[in-house]
Amino acid sequence: MFVSVEGTILHADLDAFYASVEQRDNPRLRGRPVIVGSGVVLASSYEARACGVRTAMNGRQAYRLCPQAIVVPPRMTAYVAASRAVFEVFAQTTPVVEGLSIDEAFLDVGGLRRLRGAPSGIARDLRRDVLDQVGLPISVGVARTKFLAKVASGVAKPDGILVVPTDAELEFLHPLPVERLWGVGTVTSATLRAARIRTVGDLAARGEKGLVSLLGPGVGRHLHDLAHNHDARRVQVGRRRGSVGAQHSLGRTQPSPAELDAVLLALVDRVCRRLRAGGRTSRTVTIRLRFGDFARATRSHTLPVPTARTQVVLDTARELLRAARPSIERRGVTLLGVAVGGLDDGPEQLALPFDGTTGAELDTAVDAVQDRFGTPALSRAVQLGRDHGPAAPLLPD
Amino acid sequence: MKFRIDRDTLADAVAWTARSLPTRPSVPVLAGLLIETTSDGLRLSGFDYETSARATVEAEIADEGRALVSGRLLADICKSLPAKPVDVSLDGVKVSLVCGSARFSLQTMPVEDYPQLPEMPTATGSVKSDVFATAVSQAVAAAGRDDMLPLLTGVRLEMEGSTISLMATDRFRASLRDVPWYPEQPDLSAHALVPARVLADTAKSLLSGADVTIAISSADQGEGLIGFEGVAGGGVRRTTTRLLEGEFPRVRQLFQTQSQTVAYVVTASLIESVRRVALVAERNTPVRLTFAEGQLLLEAGSGDEAQASEAIEATIEGEDISIGFNPHYLLEGLNVMSDPVVQLAFTQHTRPAALAGVAEVGADPDLAFRYLIMPVRLQN
Repeated sequence: MFVSVEGTILHADLDAFYASVEQRDNPRLRGRPVIVGSGVVLASSYEARACGVRTAMNGRQAYRLCPQAIVVPPRMTAYVAASRAVFEVFAQTTPVVEGLSIDEAFLDVGGLRRLRGAPSGIARDLRRDVLDQVGLPISVGVARTKFLAKVASGVAKPDGILVVPTDAELEFLHPLPVERLWGVGTVTSATLRAARIRTVGDLAARGEKGLVSLLGPGVGRHLHDLAHNHDARRVQVGRRRGSVGAQHSLGRTQPSPAELDAVLLALVDRVCRRLRAGGRTSRTVTIRLRFGDFARATRSHTLPVPTARTQVVLDTARELLRAARPSIERRGVTLLGVAVGGLDDGPEQLALPFDGTTGAELDTAVDAVQDRFGTPALSRAVQLGRDHGPAAPLLPD
Repeated sequence: MKFRIDRDTLADAVAWTARSLPTRPSVPVLAGLLIETTSDGLRLSGFDYETSARATVEAEIADEGRALVSGRLLADICKSLPAKPVDVSLDGVKVSLVCGSARFSLQTMPVEDYPQLPEMPTATGSVKSDVFATAVSQAVAAAGRDDMLPLLTGVRLEMEGSTISLMATDRFRASLRDVPWYPEQPDLSAHALVPARVLADTAKSLLSGADVTIAISSADQGEGLIGFEGVAGGGVRRTTTRLLEGEFPRVRQLFQTQSQTVAYVVTASLIESVRRVALVAERNTPVRLTFAEGQLLLEAGSGDEAQASEAIEATIEGEDISIGFNPHYLLEGLNVMSDPVVQLAFTQHTRPAALAGVAEVGADPDLAFRYLIMPVRLQN
């Protein structure tokens, strides 16, 4: 009897997405180090990464590392169009697609063996189709679990494919450095390294109890499961986003309270419009701050009733920002973000029409104008002459 | 400082004063309860910079003086004392409390660090305590509880001549209650925004006296402050609290709308049915009320989950209507209706519904208390 040794989950991840789109559209950039975004590095080509350039790095620092790099401004509409085209290819491949972000997704090809053959073959076809139809390189990991497929695509990068056979999962996983695991950032990595845990194999050898005492119950158990490749999550189609956010990096000069409020307004407007475009309501409002010393903090508040109203989110965000003002004044602020979470599709509790309006009429009118004539067509007077930078594109909701 | 006092009088006064003490005080002395003996009797005070509470009761004063002790601890002790006279005295840096054969010795905090309590403003008028307590409980039903929107956690008091109107809203419902009162000046016109929690607590605690004196000092005379004074527990109790600031939404005009449908339902049966049907309404999902053919059909739940329905008798005038409400908003309003029958008035299923009590079906509503709820948009 034929026994499959291949997992059926694919993790497909576009390589250096924004930079690849730029190189695709401008032949002069091909084979050369490309940095997208001047103030902060939004993306960099593999040629630039070879010099040490990383995403979210300060523009000056990146330029010092890689003086020969070509810096281009971001073209968000082009990236959104490219992403849509790639997701179109995913949809041609299998109906079971779970988008993770604008440039990556899980695909389950388990039901397609008789139609399309083995998962590794489908993965190769997928890479070829994305290159032929959209012109972008994509790396694919194939494995039995979502987690392992994601690790595999990371190892396969750039422009590669990696199939992890089901009978050799731990042999693949254990020699990898712990940083490859989901949930191991700088802090956990430092803790693990201090405990002389360098590879996933080291982690697995510690046992659950040891990891829990080292890292706490949540992270400890999570990493123990990953190190043994225990991951029962399935690929979910149409999983809706749990939160919507936007953030803005602030310059070196400290913004005045009025300037900070204008940034907050722009972020709230953007986030709420997206919330309503998806027909959702939100229960939790969060503001994110990065201080002058680059330490981060979040402040959040849960509303008594979910809302999609800009004014309600704005009032809450302003109150959160006001409460954080002493810290901002003391430490300075370099980034402000707003997110709405606890998203809900339930029926909407209407608000009383104070002064003849509930705020819904205004929101609806503003959305309608911006949908028809573009976002810049209508903005708050306070935003005139201010540029809060391009909105980062997101997975369509 | 030294005095002897009846156990119940002390326990009541201490419990009342300690109730408003902060659980997490910004400075340690604010967790204290100030005990003062003067020629007028025993005075107990608590203050958190927002709200102050002062109880004055009779006691046999042997020695005048003052001391500051932990309010929480003193309240716990007084609650558990046997029914015997209590002797309290300050011995050096400790307060000793003796009741029967039980003895306590309490640490004191520095009295000189304790803030001065705000003065009670000059009296603005007075109101019957029972009427006031009912009115406040009705008005606060619609007050916001979200501290992020402090403005809406208040009850607005509007004094015009011999009427005080109390109103509150959390954006989703609104309440309006008119109460007769006795102003010091007949042509008085004033308003104040009072924290709902303090107002509700105070009105309830002053029920045992006949009248409550209200005193307001508006923001233009320094900080806005309101004081309430009444008789309770064999002494005088006085609360002051800082007024909330901001432009309160214009609630009153919301109540003046025409209606397409008017329905009368027995208040108690409506409360029971809503409570039952709402058991299957998951968080944020509405109870649907359909008024048609001489009955009210209540439904909740969705096809994928548990469902419930119930029909009760209703008298309906005008067009049939189907409308959804958050069951908690509905119940909180109905629970404070004092009349046996409730009148519900609707225009459309996306417009506010007005509730008022009536003595019997078809009677004119008792407009002293009105409650407005905004519906939940129903998905068909």
